[in-house]
Amino acid sequence: MSASTDFDVVDHLIGLRPSDRISAIRDNRPEAREHLQGSFRAFFEPRDDSQFTLRERFAVAAFVACLHGVDAATRFYTDRLLDSGEGSTSLLNVVLAESRRSATEGPYGQFRLEPAGESTTGSEYVIDSIGSVDVLGERLVAALEHTHLLVFHPRDASRTRLQALLDAGWSTAGIVSLSQLVAFLTFQIRVVQGLQALSASRKGDLS
Amino acid sequence: MSETLTPEVEIVEPPRFTQDVLGWHPWLHPLDESELTEEHLESLVQASRAKNPYFRLLARDPAALLERTKTDFDIFYNTKAGLPRADRELAATAASRLNGCVYCASVHSAFASHHSKRREEVQRLLDEGVDADLGARWNAIVRATVALTRTPVRFGEAEIVLLREAGLDEFEILDAIMSGAFFNWANRLMLSLGEPTT
Repeated sequence: MSASTDFDVVDHLIGLRPSDRISAIRDNRPEAREHLQGSFRAFFEPRDDSQFTLRERFAVAAFVACLHGVDAATRFYTDRLLDSGEGSTSLLNVVLAESRRSATEGPYGQFRLEPAGESTTGSEYVIDSIGSVDVLGERLVAALEHTHLLVFHPRDASRTRLQALLDAGWSTAGIVSLSQLVAFLTFQIRVVQGLQALSASRKGDLS
Repeated sequence: MSETLTPEVEIVEPPRFTQDVLGWHPWLHPLDESELTEEHLESLVQASRAKNPYFRLLARDPAALLERTKTDFDIFYNTKAGLPRADRELAATAASRLNGCVYCASVHSAFASHHSKRREEVQRLLDEGVDADLGARWNAIVRATVALTRTPVRFGEAEIVLLREAGLDEFEILDAIMSGAFFNWANRLMLSLGEPTT
């Protein structure tokens, strides 16, 4: 497995240096900083990737970053996907094309029972291009479709959606890791964007 | 054989967002308590979590669960400087309400009520949604959390100004961001791996 990442990924994605004010503010929650980085390592430097391969992880991560429209994160994860071995360029091209085709706005989806009147509908993402299916393969087709649901309309989740992953060859442990990785990235990207806004806000220097 | 869904059972869904204690039924098989190794137990951090099917399901990736749990605990329970617990729980509730996670909203709205003693306003957030009027400070925290929870993220200078005007300093704004952002992680797991029950 690849060597461990020796820089703080969130600081890197925000563009912070250790001497920056926001980096010092982050140090007020040292365990959160350490274990946010630890989570990154658990997902992208796994001890065992037999249920969810490293290449699949970077393909999903590049898709999530691109769906959020965050350039620094998209670059970061696409670079790692490109380093994932033979055929990675065509895989990356498909992931980027699929994310451009399916990016929308969330959260939408159905509320159940009394709040049902608040339900909003949005797109139901299906990968049906023969070219994409051919490059992605059955497992990644199912994974990217599920990832789109988790990113944009997680309240539409159902047993049927998990059955689709099992049918595509995902194990229970693999589905847990896939769900964790996507959900983690929605957190990591929001920390990056939130702190970027705080960092860019000049009034902080005056208060 | 764990590579199947759990059997379908008759459950009673919560009819609305609530501060009551709810259950959660997994769609995938959690580990049995008898299967938990030293590493699984360590990943749960709190021994009592071995009773909980949600955490026993997440324990199928123990390295990820361990890091997630420790991140969670520092964001919500580290009270050195920063935002009061009530406000962190409010942000967790607002993200859960917008995403539609009835289970997460039940747990964290009850915490918000407990720490703030403002149960009625918390209930208004559950009943009316994220546009409910909760007073200036809470409105600012809810609005900022909503902007952060949307995809693509809408959180920017306007939200920072809003939080500053509500009296939050930079340590408190960090906590507001971390608490709201973290529930984007939590909601997606709770919503997609099982369902809430009364």
